Amino acid sequence: MAAPIDLHEVTEREREERFRTRWRVKACASTACQSAGAGQTIKAIEDAVEAEDMMLEVQVIPTGCMGLCSAGPLVRVLRRGGDKAMYQKVTPETGIKILKSHVLDEETLPEHEIDTEIPFFSSQERVVLANGGVINPDRIESYVAHGGYLALEKALKTMKPKHVLEEIRTSGLRGRGGAGYPTASKWSLLAAAPGETKYIVANGDEGDPGAYMDRTIMEDDPHRLLEGIALAAYATGANQAYIYVRAEYPRAIERLDRAIRVARRNRLLGRKILDTKFDLSVEVRIGAGAFVCGEETALLASIEGRRGIPRLRPPYPTEKGLWGEPTMINNVETLANIAPIINNGGEWFASLGTPKSTGTKVFALAGDITHTGLIEVPMGTKLRDIVEDIGGGVPDGKGFKAAQTGGPSGGCIPAKFLDTPVDYDSLRELGSIMGSGGLIIMNEEVRMPDVAKYFMEFSMDESCGKCTPCRAGTVQMHNLLQRITDGDGTKQDIRDLEHLCSVVRDASLCGLGQAAPNPVMSTLQYFRSEYSALLREEVAHG
Amino acid sequence: MTRARIATAWLGGCSGCHMSLLDMDEWLFELAQVADIVYSPIADVKIFPEDVDATLVEGAIANEDNLELALEIRAKSRLVISFGDCAVTGNVTAMRNPLGDPQQILQSVYVDAPDRDGQIPVEPGIVPPLLPQVLPVHKAIRVDAFLPGCPPPADRIQAALEALLEGALPPNRGEAIRFG
Amino acid sequence: MVDRRQTVAVTFDGVDAEGVVGESVLECARRNGVTIPSLCFLEGLSVWGGCRICVVEVAEDHRLRPACATQVVPDMEIKIETPRLRAYRKSILELLFAEGNHVCAVCVSNGKCELQDMAVHCGMDHVRYDYRSPLREIDASHPKYVFDPNRCILCTRCVRVCDEIEGAHVWDVSYRGEQALLVTEMNKPWGESLSCTWCGKCVAVCPTGSLAYQGRAIGEMEHDPVMIKRLAVARSRNEWLYPEESK
Repeated sequence: MAAPIDLHEVTEREREERFRTRWRVKACASTACQSAGAGQTIKAIEDAVEAEDMMLEVQVIPTGCMGLCSAGPLVRVLRRGGDKAMYQKVTPETGIKILKSHVLDEETLPEHEIDTEIPFFSSQERVVLANGGVINPDRIESYVAHGGYLALEKALKTMKPKHVLEEIRTSGLRGRGGAGYPTASKWSLLAAAPGETKYIVANGDEGDPGAYMDRTIMEDDPHRLLEGIALAAYATGANQAYIYVRAEYPRAIERLDRAIRVARRNRLLGRKILDTKFDLSVEVRIGAGAFVCGEETALLASIEGRRGIPRLRPPYPTEKGLWGEPTMINNVETLANIAPIINNGGEWFASLGTPKSTGTKVFALAGDITHTGLIEVPMGTKLRDIVEDIGGGVPDGKGFKAAQTGGPSGGCIPAKFLDTPVDYDSLRELGSIMGSGGLIIMNEEVRMPDVAKYFMEFSMDESCGKCTPCRAGTVQMHNLLQRITDGDGTKQDIRDLEHLCSVVRDASLCGLGQAAPNPVMSTLQYFRSEYSALLREEVAHG
Repeated sequence: MTRARIATAWLGGCSGCHMSLLDMDEWLFELAQVADIVYSPIADVKIFPEDVDATLVEGAIANEDNLELALEIRAKSRLVISFGDCAVTGNVTAMRNPLGDPQQILQSVYVDAPDRDGQIPVEPGIVPPLLPQVLPVHKAIRVDAFLPGCPPPADRIQAALEALLEGALPPNRGEAIRFG
Repeated sequence: MVDRRQTVAVTFDGVDAEGVVGESVLECARRNGVTIPSLCFLEGLSVWGGCRICVVEVAEDHRLRPACATQVVPDMEIKIETPRLRAYRKSILELLFAEGNHVCAVCVSNGKCELQDMAVHCGMDHVRYDYRSPLREIDASHPKYVFDPNRCILCTRCVRVCDEIEGAHVWDVSYRGEQALLVTEMNKPWGESLSCTWCGKCVAVCPTGSLAYQGRAIGEMEHDPVMIKRLAVARSRNEWLYPEESK
C-alpha cells in the first residue's frame, strides 16, 4: 500500500509551480464555456504560447466555471503577485490577441475586458463555488493547494465522528436539494441506525430545466464532493458511498470517476484513509434520464438496478435504504458545503445567511436577465438584489414580471415580492420553494399560463406512472391548460384545474406529484387575470 | 295542474335506451296522464319544440347533426338529462375515438373492407359529416343530471322521471348510477 | 384464537374501534367492518400504494395518508367520509376512467368489476375530464388468457401476485407516466412467454376486465382475488381457510 498523500508538501510544490511563470492564463473549460467554443480558444492560446516560445513565461490552466456563462468563453490573465484581468467572449483570435497584447506588450484589451467590480462578481459570496475559475479540476494537486482535503485530515486525525456531526449541527446547514431538511438531523439518523452496513448516496440527479449547480460542482470541483462524502461517511459510520449522476452529465461522470481513482491512489479514499482506521469506497452510478430518480426512494431503486419509481415512506431510507440497509441521501451541493464547514467551523457558516437558512446558495440564473450564469449568494439575499444588481436587470428596457424558483416543483414570484429574502421559509410562504437552485427570470411579455403549461408538460412527461393522481392528473391539468392557453377555456375549466391541483398535491405518492401543481397554483394566485383574459366567451346555454 | 312537457332525443346511440324506456310498460299510461311527450323518436314530431321541461338525451355526439340538435335541445329545455352510457360516457359510440381520423375509419369500413364497389357515402344535407371525436353530451352542452346504464333499466328510468315530475333531479346515488 | 398482540384504541369517523399494533389502517378498518374504498390493495400481496383511492385523514392533520400503508397508532382519529376525501376519491376515479378505454357495456367483467363497483360506491355518475382514448393493442396470444390494456388501471396486482406468490415474475410495468403499460416478459407477446406457468393467478386478482379467460363474453368473467388471501394464509400459517372465511 502506497503512502498517503502529504497535503502540505503538495501545497508547497503547487505554490512553487504557481510562481514559476510570470503569467498565468486561466481559461474556463466548463460545459457552458465549452459549448461557446472554449476548447478551440484554449488550444489556440496554448499553440500561440508554444509558437512564441513563451512556455517559461506563461502557463495556460483550464479551470472550472467562472460564473458569467452568458459571456463565455471566459479567460483570466494573472500576473505574478500583481494585477489580474478577465476577458469575455474569447474566440481563438481574441485569445491570441490577448496573449500578445496583454502578456507580451503588457497592454490590456479594454474592448474585451469585463469589469470584475460589477455586482455580478462583487455581490457574490462564494463558498461552494470558491474554486470555480481557480483550480484545474483534473488535478488533485490543484484542489489540495487550495486547502483541499485539509478538512478530512483534520476530522480523521483530531475529531471524533460525533464532533464532526456536532459541527454540522452548529452550522445549521439544510439540504440543498430543495426541501431544506436539516442536514445534521439526517446524519444523526444514519449515525444512530443499527448495523454494520450503511450507505451514503450523493444525489447528483439534477433535473430542473435550466439548473446546473450540481453539474458544475461535480465537473469543476469533484474532489470537494468526494471530501464532503468522506466527512459524511466518517461522521455517520458508513463505509460505502454512491454518487448518482444523471446520464446527461458525461463530463461529470468522467471527472468523478477519475477523481475517485486518483483519490484512492493517494489514500484519500479506499482502505485505511490517510493511515487511519477509516475505510470508504465510493462509486459512481449513472441514471437513465428520469427526473423522478431525483426522488430519494426512486433513486435508490435505480441504484439497485430496478425500475426507478418511488416507494412509500416510511420506512425512510435511513431505516431501510439500499438493499434494505440504512442509507442517507444528500444533495451534491449540500455535500460540497461540508469541507468548508469543518475547515472554518460551524459558527462561521452559521454567520452567513439568515438564522434559519444559514450559509450560501448557488443559483442558475436564467431567462430574461442581462447576466445569465451561475451565482452564489448568502441565504436571505433579496430577490431584487439578485435580479437587479447581480443579474443586471431585465434587458431591452422591458419590465420584470416574475421569478420562477424550484423548477417544475416551484412557483412564480411576482414583482411585488421582489424584496423578499431568498430563504427556505420565505419562498415557501409565497407558494414557491427554494428547490435545487433554478432561478428563471421572466419579463413583462411572458404569458404566465404558458409558463404553467410548460412546467405541467414537464411534470406530465416525467411522472413515473405509479400513482393515479400524478400519472393521470398531470395529463388532465395539462389538457386544461392547453385548452385555456388556446383561448378555448371556460370558467368551469379553471374550477376543474384548481380542484385537480388540490387532488394531485394532496393525494400523490411522492414529491414530484405533490409539487407538480405549484407552478399552476402560484400563477393562479398572482396572475389570475391572465387566465381570465384567455377564456372564451360563453354562450348563454353553454 | 299544468302538464309537464317531456322530450326524449336520440343522438349517436343504438336506441336501446328508448327500448328500455318502453319497458316501463303500463307506467307509460300513468306518465301520459301527467305529462306530454312533446318530442321523441317514438313520437312523430319533426321540430324540437320550445319550452320543454326536461329532455332525456340518448346517445353521444358523433356527427354534426347530433351537435346541432344537442345545442337546440339545450336552448329549449330547462333540464337536460344524459340518458344512458353513450350520452354519459361516449360508450360504444366513442370506441372509434382511439382510431383517430374518422375519414380513415370510413375508408376502411366502406372502401377497403367490402369485396367490391366500396364507396364512402357522401350525401350533403342527408348524411351528416362525422365529428373528429365522439363526445359525451356534457362535453358539448351543459347537462343537469346523468342517468348511466347500457341501457338504464326501466325502473331506473321510471325513478328518474318520477323525480323530474316532482321537480327534483333524478337520484344519483347507489345503483342508480351504475355504468354498463 | 386469542390475539396476544398489543391492541390500541382508534376511531373511524368518530366511531370507536380496536386496532392491533403493526396492522395497517386499512386492515384495521376491515377487521372492524368499516369500509375504506381501495383498489390496488389485495390481502396476501405486498403493499403498492399507487391507486390512492384509500387515502384518509388523520385527526386534524391536513396531510393525506394511504390507509393501506399507514400503521395504526394509539388514539388515532381516522377520517374516511369527509367532504374533501369524497371529492378526491371521485376525482381519482374519474381520472382512471378517463385515461383508459373503460367501456362497461362491452366488457367481460361488466357487473363483476371492482372499478365499476367503486364508481357506484363513490357516487361517480359521469367523468368531468376529457377522455384520453388511448390506442392500446390487446394481447390475445396466450392460449388460455387475454390481456386488454384498455381496461388496465395499473394496480399491479398481477405483477405482484406473479412475482410474490407464483414466483414467475412474468408481468412488469414498462414505460412511464401516461404511457405506462403492463408487459409480459421483455415486452414479448404473452403467448410466447417461457416463464408463464399458466397458473392464472394474475387473472384471478385483476380488479377489472383487463385480464380474463379466453372466450368469455360480456359480463361472463368472474375474478377470484380472495384466492390469494387463502394462498397467503396457507403458506404463512399452514392452514387452509374455507372460502367463506376468507372474505
